[in-house]
Amino acid sequence: MSLQVLSFIVVGATFALYIGIAIWARTSSTSEFYVAGKGINPVANGMATAADWMSAASFISMAGLIAFLGYSGGAYLMGWTGGYVLMALLLAPYLRKFGKFTVPEFIGDRYYSRLARVIAVISLLVISITYVIGQMRGVGIAFANLLNMSVEVGLFSGMVVVFIYAVFGGMKGITYTQIAQYCVMIFAYTVPAVFIALQLTGTALPQIGLGSNLASNNTHVLEALDKTLVELGFGPYTGLGGMSQMNMFLLTLSLMVGTAGLPHVIVRFFTVPRIRDARKSAGWSLVFIAILYTTAPAVGAMAMWNFIATVQPGPIGSPDGNVKFEDLPAWTDRWEETGLLAFEDKNGDGRVQYYNADNPDFAPIAASYGWEGNEVTELDRDIMVLANPGIAGLPNWVIALVAAGGIAAALSTAAGLLLAISSSISHDLLKGVFLPNISEKSEMLAARLSMVAAILVAGYLGLNPPGFAAQVVALAFGFAAASLFPALLMGIFMKSLNKQGAIAGMLAGLLSTLLYIFLYKGWFFIPGTNVFPDTPDYWLFGISTGGFGAIGAAINFVVAYLVSRATAPTPEHIKQMVEDVRVPRSS
Amino acid sequence: MSEMTPSQQESRHLYWRKNLKIILWSLAIWAFVSLGLGIVFAEPLNNLSIGGYPLGFWFAQQGAIYTFLILIFFYAWRMNRLDREFGVDEE
Repeated sequence: MSLQVLSFIVVGATFALYIGIAIWARTSSTSEFYVAGKGINPVANGMATAADWMSAASFISMAGLIAFLGYSGGAYLMGWTGGYVLMALLLAPYLRKFGKFTVPEFIGDRYYSRLARVIAVISLLVISITYVIGQMRGVGIAFANLLNMSVEVGLFSGMVVVFIYAVFGGMKGITYTQIAQYCVMIFAYTVPAVFIALQLTGTALPQIGLGSNLASNNTHVLEALDKTLVELGFGPYTGLGGMSQMNMFLLTLSLMVGTAGLPHVIVRFFTVPRIRDARKSAGWSLVFIAILYTTAPAVGAMAMWNFIATVQPGPIGSPDGNVKFEDLPAWTDRWEETGLLAFEDKNGDGRVQYYNADNPDFAPIAASYGWEGNEVTELDRDIMVLANPGIAGLPNWVIALVAAGGIAAALSTAAGLLLAISSSISHDLLKGVFLPNISEKSEMLAARLSMVAAILVAGYLGLNPPGFAAQVVALAFGFAAASLFPALLMGIFMKSLNKQGAIAGMLAGLLSTLLYIFLYKGWFFIPGTNVFPDTPDYWLFGISTGGFGAIGAAINFVVAYLVSRATAPTPEHIKQMVEDVRVPRSS
Repeated sequence: MSEMTPSQQESRHLYWRKNLKIILWSLAIWAFVSLGLGIVFAEPLNNLSIGGYPLGFWFAQQGAIYTFLILIFFYAWRMNRLDREFGVDEE
């Protein structure tokens, strides 16, 4: 059976499964629509949260990012998992005890202010919309590159499927679909990883395999990779140097705090029956996330090793050490067609050389080999996961499975984000601010209609992505870290923090982060309008834009504290409410 | 919401102080393992090795994640016990 037909069958079967679940899990009340009736088992909720959290970026891009960053890629691994500790210890049990439907609702009630709630809604919308664009794009790209279909067809099919299960099923439908999507995704990620670990090291577990010896020459995988990369003019894989230590520290911290402040993830802990389930559920989420995140370093390193071995099968520097153009394996042709991989014979020797042509110390060595430039002129990071089964020579059904996995990752995250967007519009803006007397039935209709609108907007932006789509993800995390997380944390742990302090803090955190990112990335991301070049020499104290979220959060904390000290104290009944949230049993 | 007696209030405060202490210790370990062992002390630690990985590299790409898992389940277990000790557990 051809790869194309097989892929259609696998992806089609998963779509049929998602729609079947949607029909089974229809919703009828706002509580079911927003928080699945607070009846989800903590293990099931953990699995759904893991699918919600792991996006196309985690599935497709992260291992590639690690492959090229080496050790420093750990910032993403630790940042995107460490946030769950903050969520489990500092937010989840208390927000579950509070017992409402949305994150802005807590901020509005705790700070007895509609303005605070509206600021929270704005942060939520900016975070979720920027994030959802990337997911819709991910669905389209997975279709285009893996199934050889146009981006448009892929995107429309994705929109229709999400529409069916999210609009009718709400949080309940989304949660049960996400459980299925998690299974598809994790199977698709680990099967190629296990095969490749077995081929290279003879060890089936990728986490152990990465520390083992290469089956071919009995040296450690990481040692061999370090040595080869250095001989090609790159930095060693395990060495520090991908980014400055301070920026790695700040980026990790920003991603941790940002993760803990993402509204579509926090709201998952509103869906479990009890407070003790909320505590445990964060742990189960991390178990299911860790299966992918501890496999990713092996996928990245081994894909890098396999790629270099493909281009450089013989000794480095010897005239016949590099692969001949006509001997490049078949998987390279497929990826050359997509434009994500490109070769050019710069020195006309008929062989491919891959090395670091930007390293001035290595230039004389390269010249002595007769190399005249890096001949792998395009090597997209995303290839590292997508082409992995091809590189390892795995059968076609594994390639089809990876396509289904990438689409599942993107769809599950998109659905969670769309729900966060629609509930903040129908519940926080309509019912909370503009139409407080709206009936439950009308609120449900409003929720479904805003979901439809959100899907259409996300689909449109996925088809016509603003040029800055990749850069705004930094903004999403920066916003979550600088605005929502501090307001939630202080709302629980600082009884005396009042309305004025919280509002001033959120605004200061938001605006400082926005300003810092715009200064280096351009006003509203319009190319060419940046005030300073986005390079380490110009960064304030050398802080990268991705690492500024932690600084924004610190600004939020300080401003909130100072303003709160200078203004009227928190009313007694709010203090009472905070006291009550802190204890599991209602008094 | 019913009024609490002074002794009940005292017990609530003690419960909250104990919770804060557990949180602070857990977060200290959280930060030390990830930001400390995985980043600040990674370079010297890379001279040691664990299961074939340089140690600092292992903490940044594997060990920190396992530590996070243990911390969350420890906290859930410890707090459930604390809830029962203070009679504030659900049902």
